[in-house]
Amino acid sequence: MAGKNVLEIGTATPFKKGYKMDKKTIFFGEVKRFFKFILQEMKPRGKWLTPFNIISLPIMFIGFILLILRFVKGLGYATNLSQEFPWGFWIGFDVITGVAFAGGAYVITFVVYVMKVEKYHPIVKVTVLNGLLAYMFYAGALVLDLGKPWNIFNPIIGNSFGYNSVLFLVAWHFLLYMATEFLEFSPTIAQWLGWEKLQKILKSLTVGAVIFGITLSILHQSGLGALFLMAKSKIHPLWYSEFIPVFFFVSSIFAGLSMVIFEGTISHRVFKDKIDSKHHAAFDEIIFGLAKGAAITMFVYYFFKALVFIHGGQWSYLTDSWGIWYLFEVIGLVLIPCFMFAYGAKNRNLGIIRTAAILTMIGIILNRLNISIITFNWNIPAVYYPSWIEIVITLMIIFTEIWVFRWVVSRMPVFED
Amino acid sequence: MDRRNFLKVTGGIAASLAATGLQAKEKQNDEEFVGVLTDTTRCIGCRACEKACGEAHDLLVPDVENDNALDNLRTPSEKQWTVVNRYETDVGEVFVKQQCMHCWQPACTAACLTNAMLKTKEGPVIWREGKCIGCRYCMASCPFNIPKYEYGSWNPKVQKCNMCYDRLQQGKKPACVEACPTGALMFGSKRELMEIARVRIYNHPEKYVHKIYGEHEVGGTGWLYLSGVPFEQIGFRTDLGTTPYPEYTKEFLYAVPLIFFGAPALLTGLHFLTKKDESSEE
Ligand code: SF4
Ligand code: SF4
Repeated sequence: MAGKNVLEIGTATPFKKGYKMDKKTIFFGEVKRFFKFILQEMKPRGKWLTPFNIISLPIMFIGFILLILRFVKGLGYATNLSQEFPWGFWIGFDVITGVAFAGGAYVITFVVYVMKVEKYHPIVKVTVLNGLLAYMFYAGALVLDLGKPWNIFNPIIGNSFGYNSVLFLVAWHFLLYMATEFLEFSPTIAQWLGWEKLQKILKSLTVGAVIFGITLSILHQSGLGALFLMAKSKIHPLWYSEFIPVFFFVSSIFAGLSMVIFEGTISHRVFKDKIDSKHHAAFDEIIFGLAKGAAITMFVYYFFKALVFIHGGQWSYLTDSWGIWYLFEVIGLVLIPCFMFAYGAKNRNLGIIRTAAILTMIGIILNRLNISIITFNWNIPAVYYPSWIEIVITLMIIFTEIWVFRWVVSRMPVFED
Repeated sequence: MDRRNFLKVTGGIAASLAATGLQAKEKQNDEEFVGVLTDTTRCIGCRACEKACGEAHDLLVPDVENDNALDNLRTPSEKQWTVVNRYETDVGEVFVKQQCMHCWQPACTAACLTNAMLKTKEGPVIWREGKCIGCRYCMASCPFNIPKYEYGSWNPKVQKCNMCYDRLQQGKKPACVEACPTGALMFGSKRELMEIARVRIYNHPEKYVHKIYGEHEVGGTGWLYLSGVPFEQIGFRTDLGTTPYPEYTKEFLYAVPLIFFGAPALLTGLHFLTKKDESSEE
């Protein structure tokens, strides 16, 4: 039918117009092919009744319903937030901790695209994908926590800019960073769709995106810490410091690296068939390198923490249970895993490195929760703990992210070179 | 070159992000802000101010005769912008009215990413519904824990005293000040109020502690207090310091344009450096 159309017009008018129509037909054909392809790719692959699906599906379903109720009935229905604790689990864990773990993307892209250490090239795509999804879901969780999310366009389209607000900077950097991460990942999407020309163009933009992305990461990772600078009178002095932004930035490096090690270990088991053998062999070497990087940054972090501690003359705070809690975090979950990373990298012991990665991740979770929730308001009787609804919705977010990750990884060439 | 000049030179998005707000705020300090002086030695705990506030703002109007609210220590809430508390002290019962302090350089307005919280040029700090996105960063930042939130609503408001901003514009005094039968509350410019407070301390040195709460606290507040007993005994935090709260984030905000322009330059440099290495290796 379309072909006939072209012919008819072609005979009545000069060649040029017919050519145009032809292009149009190609275009529509391409669009049709695209939708067909997407539809086909939407279909599930592999077995349905895996243990992960059986656990995650009901939780995602319940979480979704609870999410609707949260918007209908207000935050008080779904959360344990109070006048004393305006920020709870969604901000402290989903946003602040989640974004720290997403730090792997800017660290790895820095090493590969700026420092040109080719060794890490095989994990670049999957790390960027992880970063992108983490920002979409965890930084996106910020929206669930907003009382009037429909007003969010005020600070975005510019009819109301609070320039001097740290949160304004952080929110904007989140948005811009998501765009750069998407740009960094887009060649893989183009490859999947078979759009080779576009893939080439997008690829040429990668280095620029990477440089912009690293800059944004430095700013919003530290910015998340800077959010708490004005909570000076509320956070326990062992955790409050004017250097919180620096601590947040440095710790996001090893948080990200630990996450890459942890996530990589799991991916390599689950997606075994997607990864070629050459890549498998290289992966151990990559882990040793990452462990070394984590050990060094953790030592720098620890050293700086100790300096701030000694300089602030905070010895007297160590005598009560807050002090023990602090030492547990800083020594038990920073210094010890730091040595474990160093030892594991030197003696090529993967087991120790994996344990260290898990310890480090627990340490990061504790650190972020300590500042945003646990020692927040330490000097008043009120306490906060998350409600079951807050936890279920958080699980829903995590599971949805894993589902999307799995969908992308099993369709797009993420593990290929 | 001082830091502010440097910012002007760098210009651009990031610089203006940090600088515009900070400079605007510095300018505001020249204005004569209005405020209220609370003399706790004159307060009899009748809670007429609580009632007047509830009526003026369509909030809870407490039944002051029967609710025995003074038996417990309360804080302003999402239903009441101001409350009076009773403290047992060395000199007997003391009543203290509590509400937003209307800081000179408020933490809440520096926190707000939409300027929904606004330090007006007249002095009162007000909240504007149409702008607020409900992030509650203002609550996390306020050193006095003043802004309260309607968690029970699908369309929640931030609730806090606005010093009757609309009444002031009609030339009236705040409702609580007008309702106070003993003159414990006094409305005026901060300069006048400071003078009056000093005169009272000077004339009755035995009656007052020699401190005006709000003169320097967190950089100075619009609401001022006089007391006959040390302020710690009547529920005031005296450990908040005299630094205006926005100062705590200033260093970070100053660093932002530096990083925003410096980091890409550095990274691009590194990128080309490593590129050259690569080719010479080959
Ligand atoms: S007391 Fe709190 S709410 Fe009132 S102006 Fe100061 S910072 Fe803002
Ligand atoms: S809750 Fe509203 S008023 Fe408070 S900081 Fe957020 S946007 Fe501003």
